[in-house]
Amino acid sequence: MIQARDTTTASKSASDSKDNGDVVIDCNIDELYYGNFKAVRGTSIPIRKGQITAFIGPSGCGKSTVLRCLNRMNDLVRGFRFRGHVHFRGKDIYHASIDPVAVRRHIGMVFQQPNPFAMSVYRNVAFGLRLNGYRGDKAQKVEQALRSAALWDEVKDKLHKSALALSGGQQQRLCIARAIATEPAVLLMDEPCSALDPIATRKIEELMLELKKRFTIAIVTHNLQQAQRVADKTGFLYVDTTQGGRTGYLVEFGDTRQIFESPREKHTQEYIRGQFS
Amino acid sequence: MEDLVVRSRAIDAAREAGAAFPLGELQRSLRRPRTVVSVFLTALTTLLTLAALVPLFSVVYMLLVRGIHKLSLSVFTSLPPAALEQGGGFGNAILGTLVMVGIAALLSVPLGIVAAIFLAEVGPRTWLAQVVRFGAKVLSGFPSILAGVFAYGAVVLVTGGFSAVAGGIALAILMLPTVMLTAEDAIRMVPAKVREAAIGMGATPTQVIWRVMLPTAIPGILTGVMLAVARAAGETAPLLFTALFSNFWPNALMDRTASLAVLIYNFSSMPFENQIEMAWAAALVLVLLVLTANLIGQGFSRRSGQQ
Repeated sequence: MIQARDTTTASKSASDSKDNGDVVIDCNIDELYYGNFKAVRGTSIPIRKGQITAFIGPSGCGKSTVLRCLNRMNDLVRGFRFRGHVHFRGKDIYHASIDPVAVRRHIGMVFQQPNPFAMSVYRNVAFGLRLNGYRGDKAQKVEQALRSAALWDEVKDKLHKSALALSGGQQQRLCIARAIATEPAVLLMDEPCSALDPIATRKIEELMLELKKRFTIAIVTHNLQQAQRVADKTGFLYVDTTQGGRTGYLVEFGDTRQIFESPREKHTQEYIRGQFS
Repeated sequence: MEDLVVRSRAIDAAREAGAAFPLGELQRSLRRPRTVVSVFLTALTTLLTLAALVPLFSVVYMLLVRGIHKLSLSVFTSLPPAALEQGGGFGNAILGTLVMVGIAALLSVPLGIVAAIFLAEVGPRTWLAQVVRFGAKVLSGFPSILAGVFAYGAVVLVTGGFSAVAGGIALAILMLPTVMLTAEDAIRMVPAKVREAAIGMGATPTQVIWRVMLPTAIPGILTGVMLAVARAAGETAPLLFTALFSNFWPNALMDRTASLAVLIYNFSSMPFENQIEMAWAAALVLVLLVLTANLIGQGFSRRSGQQ
């Protein structure tokens, strides 16, 4: 079912756009199934370099599913089938010749629940470096990653204490530090703040704006204000229940400003108005 | 649901109409049958729970009473006494038990863990995993004497003699399913989010298992290993067929080797007072060894619970 397409389509759609920034991930999902359940259809989202792209929409609209397609995390789900293509730097990551492990090293991920390993703070951040057999100065890399994640000052005295002893917000920033230590090209964040309080959320949002100078970020969020605050581009997904199932699809994609201030589609208008009034 | 709503409405209506609905009194009273039954059942469950402890404590108590006065340093360092000899000990049997359980652990632990990795991570739903899992469950309910008979046929007859190695192999057969199934469970218990974190970092399957799943699961795996060790240390039947017994210190792995379990079995049926007392003391030592193994195992599982 996984279809490999000609890799030239990606470069074409990238050059088609008049927008600034190159397309790092060109995601084009025709149909996506979990077993016999059609979870997502017709969703194309270009993710541009140095920008934050947000996916918004009601629960069950497939935002996380789409995000997890971008670094092949969906491979873990039994019965996952997919028609379409996801191009990363012009290469179809679902092509048979592509190693999904390598894909995930280039496209890092931060999850909804903070998920540090049951190891020390230091070893958590150094984890990716070890995976990649990094030979250089690990301590320096770890410090750099922790500083980038705005966590260094809080943990520098407990680097060798268990990461599980940190607060939720700190754990999530640790997970971000762990993800960026190996300097992936893209960072996927699946509702990174939904388990956090507003102050911790604020910190992560500031962090994202800082990080986008060095990384391309795609984020799924339930929080519309969050999308407005951080995202350059926003895609609105909705659930289609007309064909029997609950299939998510992309309704509208564009500049965050345009999506929130002058949405073109009726569903987008209703969703955004409904959340604010 | 609707039924309930209808019924509660009916009750409300009855109450409004003045018909007292019998809700029962709030005050506890021993005269009401419900209270009596409740007290009785509480007492019964407590009593039966205590009764379940009786065998364990009576065995330990008996062993302490009969075995402790023979226990001395010389028991651990000297060889079993001859027929009418006084004194002596069972140092060789302790060493033999440790050696054979050690051999069994060396064989069964790596094999069991590798198999568990396959069962839990590599191919959990493959037919091979189903077959192996079923086989392990059957094997864990195996009468231990059959492991002895098997090792007798496969090792003793082939190598031409009773030996510690044959004993170790027989015990390994008994340990393997326990190690494998508990290790599989322990690996499965690693939260999915931790596994996802590793995969999301771009860890290869090997790195996921080696650097994340195994370190996280290790307390659970060790618990299983200690339980298996505790069981193996107390087995007599398989050793009767494989290592037999010896009155001397073991000096080669291919020699007949003494073990605590077989020493207890041999000495307890002898007509000599000294030997019988020696058997009690050996039983006490064996129970203490097994208990230590169990406690260490529990310590590991408690540590894993904290994480």
